[in-house]
Amino acid sequence: MTVEQTVFPAHPVNKGRPKSLKGQKLLAKLLALLLLALGSILIMLPLVWMLTTSLKTNDASTSYPPQWIPTDPRTAIIDGKKYFLYNVPVNGQTMQLALTGKKSGKGVFANPNNPSEQYEVAVKDTTRVTQIVLHWENFPNAMTIVPFGLYINNTMLIVITSMIGVLLSCILVAYGFSRFRARWIDVLFLILLSTIMLPPQVTLIPTFVLFQKLGWYNTFLPLIVPAFFANAWDVFLLRQFFMSVPIEMDEAAKIDGAGPLQVLVFILIPQSWPAIATVAIFHFLYTWNDFFSPLIYLQSEDKFTVAMGLQKFQGLYSRQLTSMMAAATVTMLPCLLLFFVAQRFFIQGVVVSGIKG
Amino acid sequence: METSKKRHVMSLSQREGMWAYILIGPWIVGFLWFTLLPTLASLYFSFTDLTYTVNKWPNFIGVANYINMFIKDARFWHSLQVTITFAIFAIPLGLVLGLLLALLLNAKVPGLSIWRTLYYTPSVVSGVAVAVLWLYLFNPRYGIINWLLSLVKINGPGWLASPDWALPALIIMSLWSVGGGMIIYLAGLQGIPTVFYEAAEIDGANSVQSFFSITLPLITPVLFYNLVTGIIGTFQIFTSVYVMTAGGPAEATLFYNLYLFNNAFRYNQMGYASALAWVLFLIVLILTLLVFRSSSTWVYYEGELRKK
Repeated sequence: MTVEQTVFPAHPVNKGRPKSLKGQKLLAKLLALLLLALGSILIMLPLVWMLTTSLKTNDASTSYPPQWIPTDPRTAIIDGKKYFLYNVPVNGQTMQLALTGKKSGKGVFANPNNPSEQYEVAVKDTTRVTQIVLHWENFPNAMTIVPFGLYINNTMLIVITSMIGVLLSCILVAYGFSRFRARWIDVLFLILLSTIMLPPQVTLIPTFVLFQKLGWYNTFLPLIVPAFFANAWDVFLLRQFFMSVPIEMDEAAKIDGAGPLQVLVFILIPQSWPAIATVAIFHFLYTWNDFFSPLIYLQSEDKFTVAMGLQKFQGLYSRQLTSMMAAATVTMLPCLLLFFVAQRFFIQGVVVSGIKG
Repeated sequence: METSKKRHVMSLSQREGMWAYILIGPWIVGFLWFTLLPTLASLYFSFTDLTYTVNKWPNFIGVANYINMFIKDARFWHSLQVTITFAIFAIPLGLVLGLLLALLLNAKVPGLSIWRTLYYTPSVVSGVAVAVLWLYLFNPRYGIINWLLSLVKINGPGWLASPDWALPALIIMSLWSVGGGMIIYLAGLQGIPTVFYEAAEIDGANSVQSFFSITLPLITPVLFYNLVTGIIGTFQIFTSVYVMTAGGPAEATLFYNLYLFNNAFRYNQMGYASALAWVLFLIVLILTLLVFRSSSTWVYYEGELRKK
């Protein structure tokens, strides 16, 4: 998306510029970099915390100050009993010893290899021996505490079928609005645009009553069927893109005997696939994360989506922080992966709908 | 030519018109069934005592719902106050931070695409997962927000557990996705021809002067767009409060949309909820119109002659 701009100044500006100004600019750039780096640490911290927490033990997950690298205390077994290991300073050396008991305010530390070798050292002078342990088992745990696999299947079913609906209907409608002249069509396009302004709450209750009367309550139909009737945002975005395809290409195809649908399939769609990909990606994100519609239309737990499953998880097992963060990670992962793979479509989608909107 | 054609063959323009309506047909059907009809129905329902009960035709009760709302229902006014307070802080803060980031990125720093990716990442995730995550980030005991504050020697509040701090917590959380606005501003900034700045530099303007007399006026359309969508968006806030606070504590985060949901699907007052929806519609409409009205005084569109 970045457009490389080469500007040729009418006269060489840099010549004769005082050196201090150059130094100032460099300083400003360094300051900008510093601010950006600081800000990006703050911005990424929540996600980093989520990831590390999903790999910790439950004890470590609520420790303060937060543990950034998942570590477990190391233990040793003496006479069949488990003891924590500590770094103990002994005669100017540091030894790894097991804390076996306490005596007059001091800790009793024993050598795990030779339990009779004991030292009495103040506990505050010692530190626990830890090792990095990544508790990947939190992920399968999270997936089985609630039937997360089923929720993922349900969500994917809704996402894919509604995406077919959105792409099919929005491409056809955008094609109609961008390439055909007809009576009232400009008025209809204005009406389409004005529906963007209509808050969804206005249609919420009658739509709910309608779907309920149709017997669609507790089915996926309310979440899928409306997608087949086009929506203003995606039609607008696709129409903008179709308009930028030269009409001469249509005409050349028509001279070769192509009908309206052939022009769409063989000229416009191949030319506009970046816009179509943008629509598909944003539809995926929206539907995957949507919580409101599933909340009001789905009732039985075997129909739940990922978003509902996670909310239920939070309500029931709020103490199991590690599994919950694992579940949150799994929920966010498809969106994050999609973003890293298809970044330019995101930026484009935001910019097109933001600037031209 | 015309007479040689058979009568039932359509003319070219008729054929084109037919195709147009076939193609936009799905939208027309959808508009009638999922937009126009429900909009009119909800206007009617707002004058009734509609409940969740399926097989009962609601009674027409005139403007009783609206009178109740404005005169008796303190919660309605409270939810409006919560929503507007949030908007007054979250929208300007988001605008300024997003613009600041865009300016920093536009300063030709190395690694533009990496910074852009980092800052935009939180905008990619949303919904319940984000709400659940922030619920624990704000934990007063082990959450990292209070840990960060402790690094600069501030004793953090109870956040979501405190009636005074729950709304500020949600405002802070909203700033996490400031990258979305940043992308839009950055595109706006990159669209400003560099010759403007060069000319200003030759005239002896410093960077602060060129920001206020070149950058700011030229990106006002983008600021304007974000202001409008920000206002509309605040009235749509639902998932985060539903998951994180359920409107509490002490109704400190009872956002308008949550109150509407509660009326429709908890208190079984769908007629009243319809009235709330229409009031919301009118508020958003009036606010947007006001912003549009005022825009002619502060939004500068390129190609428009300035009267100065």
